[in-house]
Amino acid sequence: MNLTLKIWRQKNASDKGKIVDYPMSDVSPDMSFLEMLDVLNQELIDKGEEPIAFDHDCREGICGMCSMYVNGRAHGPDSMITVCQLHMRSFNDGDTIFIEPWRATAFPVIKDLIVDRSAFDRIQHAGGFISVNTSGNTQDANAIPIEKENADKAFDAATCIGCGACVASCKNSSAMLFVSAKVSQFALLPQGQVEATDRVLNMVKQMDEEGFGNCTNTGACEVECPKGISLENIARMNREYLAASFKG
Amino acid sequence: MALDSKIPKGPLADKWTNHKNEINLVNPANKRLIDVIVVGTGLAGGSAAATLAELGYNVKAFCFQDSPRRAHSIAAQGGINAAKNYQGDGDSTYRLFYDTVKGGDYRSREANVHRLAEVSTNIIDQCVAQGVPFARDYGGLLDNRSFGGVLVSRTFYAKGQTGQQLLLGAYSAMNRQIGRGKIKMFTRHEMLDVVIVDGKARGIIARNLVTGEIERHSAHAVVLGTGGYGNAFYLSTYAMGSNVTAAWKAHKRGAYFANPCYTQIHPTCIPVSGDHQSKLTLMSESLRNDGRIWVPKHKKDVEAIREGSLKPTDLAEEDRDYYLERRYPAFGNLVPRDVASRAAKERCDEGYGVNKTGEAVYLDFASAFMRYGKEQAHVKGLDENDESLVKKLGQEIVKNKYGNLFQMYEKIVDQNPYETPMMIYPAVHYTMGGIWVDYNLMTTVPGLYCIGEANFSDHGANRLGASALMQGLADGYFVLPYTIGDYLADDIRTGPISTDSKEFDEAEKSATDIIDKLVNNEGTHSVDYFHKKLGKIMWNKCGMARNEKDLKEAITEIAELRAEFWKDVKIPGKADEYNEELAKAGRVADFLELGELFAKDALVREESAGGHFREEYQTPEGEAMRRKEFQFVSAWEYKGEPKDAVLHKEDLVYENIEVKERSYK
Repeated sequence: MNLTLKIWRQKNASDKGKIVDYPMSDVSPDMSFLEMLDVLNQELIDKGEEPIAFDHDCREGICGMCSMYVNGRAHGPDSMITVCQLHMRSFNDGDTIFIEPWRATAFPVIKDLIVDRSAFDRIQHAGGFISVNTSGNTQDANAIPIEKENADKAFDAATCIGCGACVASCKNSSAMLFVSAKVSQFALLPQGQVEATDRVLNMVKQMDEEGFGNCTNTGACEVECPKGISLENIARMNREYLAASFKG
Repeated sequence: MALDSKIPKGPLADKWTNHKNEINLVNPANKRLIDVIVVGTGLAGGSAAATLAELGYNVKAFCFQDSPRRAHSIAAQGGINAAKNYQGDGDSTYRLFYDTVKGGDYRSREANVHRLAEVSTNIIDQCVAQGVPFARDYGGLLDNRSFGGVLVSRTFYAKGQTGQQLLLGAYSAMNRQIGRGKIKMFTRHEMLDVVIVDGKARGIIARNLVTGEIERHSAHAVVLGTGGYGNAFYLSTYAMGSNVTAAWKAHKRGAYFANPCYTQIHPTCIPVSGDHQSKLTLMSESLRNDGRIWVPKHKKDVEAIREGSLKPTDLAEEDRDYYLERRYPAFGNLVPRDVASRAAKERCDEGYGVNKTGEAVYLDFASAFMRYGKEQAHVKGLDENDESLVKKLGQEIVKNKYGNLFQMYEKIVDQNPYETPMMIYPAVHYTMGGIWVDYNLMTTVPGLYCIGEANFSDHGANRLGASALMQGLADGYFVLPYTIGDYLADDIRTGPISTDSKEFDEAEKSATDIIDKLVNNEGTHSVDYFHKKLGKIMWNKCGMARNEKDLKEAITEIAELRAEFWKDVKIPGKADEYNEELAKAGRVADFLELGELFAKDALVREESAGGHFREEYQTPEGEAMRRKEFQFVSAWEYKGEPKDAVLHKEDLVYENIEVKERSYK
């Protein structure tokens, strides 16, 4: 199929950036979206132009590195996938496709489609852990049974890949889904209880300092999340936060 | 230099404990005076960085991704082994040790593997304490599954995302130390060289991938946890950025490279669909717990399936060849990976491949749906003879176990694996070979350590499923942080290492010379053009079956391709900016050297063992034939061109295991 790509080009953080048109021909429906961009990049290199810079690594939807809007939607039109798992069979011959980097104050553009998501790491530094040293003398893994339902919910929250689609999809650029996924994972496990108060307060404080907006319960984050992280996590974090605020 | 593996004396089961009791320690106050660089933040590097920082060392950690959480350990699916014997099925440290040595086709070090089996149980305890949400049963206790090459259930898992959960555990341990200021994290940085001062590893040269700046970083010791080199094949299940550069540069600075030809071709990956393909996707080995592998018995059915006139689900049971169950009744679909991969290749080479390219076999869950469904119907008191109900109930169970894998398959192939069997084919997945290390995980360069997949030590010629996560975390959490103290105990009075020395000057110049040469090369072909060509040579001539003629051709062809690369590669953009083509070019340049050594190693090893199958050395039934005279580790010393590398042998001594023909029948 033949396509017209409209891609955001921005040389570096200080460049203003603009949309540039690229016609593409002979795109196979079996290609992944990023493979289609690979082909375009090969053409650009052959012509002596600079290829389009985009983040990607595992190309199987788990590392969370790939990140772009396709036609205004984080990770593109299909649901429950990252853009590296999107295939060209989701498009039609003659389509025009807009490709842009995540837009959020806390995610400044580095180049073209690449943004800086180190704010997410800093939120994790503030409390996304359980303080246990590596000793080899930790108690036996089966010493504390955990109700399957809670273990499963903790797992579901823990599957967040930190891609930032929630922030990108939110009209307020809120990181609540991301932060609440980590807070929930630990809140649901006995191991996480000891530091629960400090964790939620510190992580939320860091989130606010990074310039993410607040949550107004629109739910776009949940819809666009490639891992289907549930809004329930935000509700749980709010409860944790409230309880911690009274205590703290 | 003679290789000294430094294996402690004494009985096998006491070696590690005695060794830990006898090695030197650094007191807590002195640890604050010592810097350690850790390159790579996967399971091995991440866990090592966190643990070293907990102990009190000043750690500088490096990764090329935008966050340590993205290292490719994250993509490991199926699980992690540990000799917990929670299932009461006869597992023990000795059994895990034995299975691993046998699974590795008797080409690994007894002492290392036993230590791995010993600490395996600590890993699970540690991870649970960190909040890793492993799968649990209704009683709230940890659940297990089975993996290939073993007869017990010892694999702990978190659906099909075990690697992700374990890596996020290590990442959280790192985050705690980053927050405390004990780890200084350098993301989007690529190590370009290791710096040797007075014969000791004292730092690295790194490139900031965003600004292009070349940086000097010093430390008292350097740890490489930089993963495997399977991307030499271009198409593999590795991440796009996975590379050999750190390990290869260490090799060029004096670290011996061991067994480069030992590569794991994983039997269950989604088959190649076309020329545009950039990577291959694994379907976890855990699926072989419940999936049965087959091809049609008759060529006419193969033809009909390829043409689309026959659906695989319509083929009668008696017309299917469940070839693993036929050839290996004892282990069936759960034979080790090397055996399963070769068996798939054998069927496809004979013309029984089920897709258009002829390179695919079926992985079928139909009988698992019915088996689980019947059980569920029974538990719930429903009609066990209602086929569609039973199937639906069974599908729910399978979805709970492997849901994300089935979804992933459907997104890529556009077929619903709940309704039709998956198509799979072997693909490059892991490298058992790597930097040679002694028992302390130190390379042949003093102060330079290598952990996880990047070293060669524990898996012999073939790695068993769910053992990579085990080894990465064993090295990083429980082995290296102790053994490195023995070396660093001599450095408590050294003081900070200066980066203002002729050794740093020389290493930086060597790195910038390569970059200058690449960006100023007025060539005509992109990096990928050369990488794809290298991949074709590797796959066709150094792949699942190798022979003398092909390997000799591969050596010549790779050397020629390398010369062509340096003459004709074209890199757009400049060195002092974000430039992915430049980063890729440096990696491919190293693959082009490693590839030749790989082929040379495979040529010298005139036997078949594990993932290394030489057509000249096979039993009449087509099984791998080991040779006693090759019971050694090949450790290669760099001497300029790969063809000039010098072979050193470390003899493998088996005192506790009888070396037998590896049989899974």
